Amino acid sequence: MADNPWFSWSYVTANADVLWARTAEHAVLTVEAVAIAVAIAVPLGLLAVRVRWLAAPLLSATAVLYTVPSLALFAILAPVMGIGRAPVLLGLVVYALLVILRNTVAGLDSVDPAAVDAARGVGLSPVQVLARVRLPNALPSILAGIRLATVTTVALVTVGVVVGYGGLGQIMFQGFRNNFYRAEITTATLACVVVALVLDLVLWAAGRALTPWLRGRAA
Amino acid sequence: MTGTGVVDDALAYLNDPLSWTRTGGIVDLTVEHLLLTAAAVLLAAVVALPVGAWLGHVRRGAGLVVWLTNATRAVPTLGVILLLAAGGLFGDTAVVLAAALFALPVVLVNTYEGVRGASPAARDAARGLGMPGARVLAQVELPLAAGLVGAGLRTAVVQVAATVPLAALAGGGGLGQVIAFGMGTQRYGQVLAGGVLVAALCLVLDGAVALALRLLTPTPLRAASRTASRTP
Repeated sequence: MADNPWFSWSYVTANADVLWARTAEHAVLTVEAVAIAVAIAVPLGLLAVRVRWLAAPLLSATAVLYTVPSLALFAILAPVMGIGRAPVLLGLVVYALLVILRNTVAGLDSVDPAAVDAARGVGLSPVQVLARVRLPNALPSILAGIRLATVTTVALVTVGVVVGYGGLGQIMFQGFRNNFYRAEITTATLACVVVALVLDLVLWAAGRALTPWLRGRAA
Repeated sequence: MTGTGVVDDALAYLNDPLSWTRTGGIVDLTVEHLLLTAAAVLLAAVVALPVGAWLGHVRRGAGLVVWLTNATRAVPTLGVILLLAAGGLFGDTAVVLAAALFALPVVLVNTYEGVRGASPAARDAARGLGMPGARVLAQVELPLAAGLVGAGLRTAVVQVAATVPLAALAGGGGLGQVIAFGMGTQRYGQVLAGGVLVAALCLVLDGAVALALRLLTPTPLRAASRTASRTP
């Protein structure tokens, strides 16, 4: 049987090791970027809710960064940080920041004031109120932000190809230059979608495990 | 390669009048960039506005709209552009199609939500006056949805302008070429300059569209909210 030009299984089996290496690189880069973004955005969100006047400038600043196209950002960072992984990682963190920060602030803002009052009333310290009432109540919104950021980041990693570190994007671009080897581009694109779906599923499961009190309610 | 050397090169490139005015220079590329952006947004709007308005009017298809929005987030734009190019739709055609494809859900979801979310009291009043469905949509629901539809178009414009540079990797035009050429010839000053130019264009476009929307929206309808774009 002649190979289908758009998708060929023999390409996948013949290049399984490269595909796997790039997929792993892609997934690790995504997870690392989102993890760093969470470590920055969640504390920033807590700060923004506490120091009210900081919220608007913080959100606007991240929104402006978000408006800068990924290709441009990588192009600006690469000459300064060098070609390779570092500019891609920093760029991805910048983009993940906005979504997570916005959802963290929205989540913390939506916490029922009565619940916070009740927690204070039974004698919880501010730290306890934060850890036991505010954060758990804001958790679904924060998790939704993390999931959105993760899926977006997976698609964005491919743009890293301009600075030589694009995970599966490297395979796409290589296929493009290899005389339009369509099967190669399709495989890498599909692999990218699969990575996004798998990570999303993992986060969904983690979210379910972290918020047992929401089970049984409408999703 | 040192950081300051690259910055100096970028400044030298941007300071050279010839880089701006020669054929295929920054001015030409910017015009091309804007034309490609306009074409893609128009294409997306022509499809998404009627479909979104109709689905919102009959209040159906919420699942489809949400699914489309979420599913397209996971698809890498670069892959789609390269696939279209490899399929024979080279350069500019590929980028307009790909950018329109990703702008479509943004316009669709905002139009849908806007029309669907129009005040039920206003809708009921219009029906009570004896308006047929099409007039309710045109004279009541769409004007009430204007804020959200405008916000969707703004997001789409910025998103498309940010997507167009990717096409330079597949032989397309626009300001992305400055970056692609710089990368190809290892002139990193030019890469930096190109990045700054593309970023500036997107920020200016965002502001310009926001201003235009503000001027076009009657005061009582100025409660627009922004939605997140998919690909920065």
